[in-house]
Amino acid sequence: MRVRDIKEMLGLELVAGSSGLDRMVQGGYCGDLLSDVMANAPQGGVWLTVQAHQNIVAVAVLRELAAIILVNGSKPDPKTIEKGEQEGIPILLTNQGSYEAAGRLYMAGIGQTRDEAL
Amino acid sequence: MKRQGGYIWQGLGKRGMKRFDVDLHIHSCLSPCAEMDMSPKRIVERAAEKGLDIIAISDHNSAENTGTAVRLGRMKGIVVFPGMEVNTREEVHLLAVFEHVYQALAMQEEIYRRLEGENDPRVFGEQVVANIHDEVEGFNERLLIGAVDMGVEEVVDKVHELGGLCMASHVDRPSYSLISQLGFIPPGLDLDGIEISTPDARRFVLNYVGEGPPLVCFSDSHRLEQIGSRFSTFILERPVFTELIRAFRKEGERRIEF
Repeated sequence: MRVRDIKEMLGLELVAGSSGLDRMVQGGYCGDLLSDVMANAPQGGVWLTVQAHQNIVAVAVLRELAAIILVNGSKPDPKTIEKGEQEGIPILLTNQGSYEAAGRLYMAGIGQTRDEAL
Repeated sequence: MKRQGGYIWQGLGKRGMKRFDVDLHIHSCLSPCAEMDMSPKRIVERAAEKGLDIIAISDHNSAENTGTAVRLGRMKGIVVFPGMEVNTREEVHLLAVFEHVYQALAMQEEIYRRLEGENDPRVFGEQVVANIHDEVEGFNERLLIGAVDMGVEEVVDKVHELGGLCMASHVDRPSYSLISQLGFIPPGLDLDGIEISTPDARRFVLNYVGEGPPLVCFSDSHRLEQIGSRFSTFILERPVFTELIRAFRKEGERRIEF
């Protein structure tokens, strides 16, 4: 599934990084402590967070993440949008919380191992 | 003809550097997590007893006990600066220290405008405003433990606009620290100093700070017996705020040791 597909599926609002919309999404991670995300987020994953500071884009680039979803109505700082655009990291917004958004992504097969998907 | 001024200038030139023990991170009973006996009066007395030369009272998101502490400092002969530990939108603790109480209160006004919620003393603890006689003046009812709707950059800029110093608190800790919350120190963030909670963390933190602002080590006291347990020694001409600023900038022979 591509970033574009999960945008449609969850009805997310894109605010930056449209050049990365065709990236494939492999797994995901939820977390608001950037030190934790830097250590644990899977490569190619989609990342769900309320943290809106510009450092999230650097973390996404470092971990080679597919996209960032800001959950719970969290709004990105202007600098965050600017960096997301520069780096081609899609930043998507939703009013859903992490639990619900991640649940829906998981149900759609993102991050499931082959056995679970069967 | 001999000019009178010359003599004074010679005297100034001979003025040397002195060592001052400094702790700019002490919570009073206004912070919900601090103990009730952390009244401004007892803090100032304990700090003087422990031989500290300069302290700051820095409560969570409030400066309501700083005026009392500054007055008590003048009475007891110890320098007290008004401070505040701001909890930013990212849940990063930043330590702000000002020269004058009115500056800290201006910061407080901005913070209160952007801080929501009401304290529940049963959950978080009482938030006591005290007077110089060690009496309860009142209780602060705001949720001082909460996060202010201001980002780290915004808080640093506001503190500077008001003439204060702004440091990142206890960056070696796993919570409420610039490094835990944001992964690394945002490039271009105009901090004056980086606080670590123990000298042992120096090497770990220097990896993140590099050539950035100087490290300081303060106590983050929440209990009386913690006062004096950690401090930094500032090498200054005089124990005044402008000299603190110059020490953070490593001007001349001024420096910070711990």
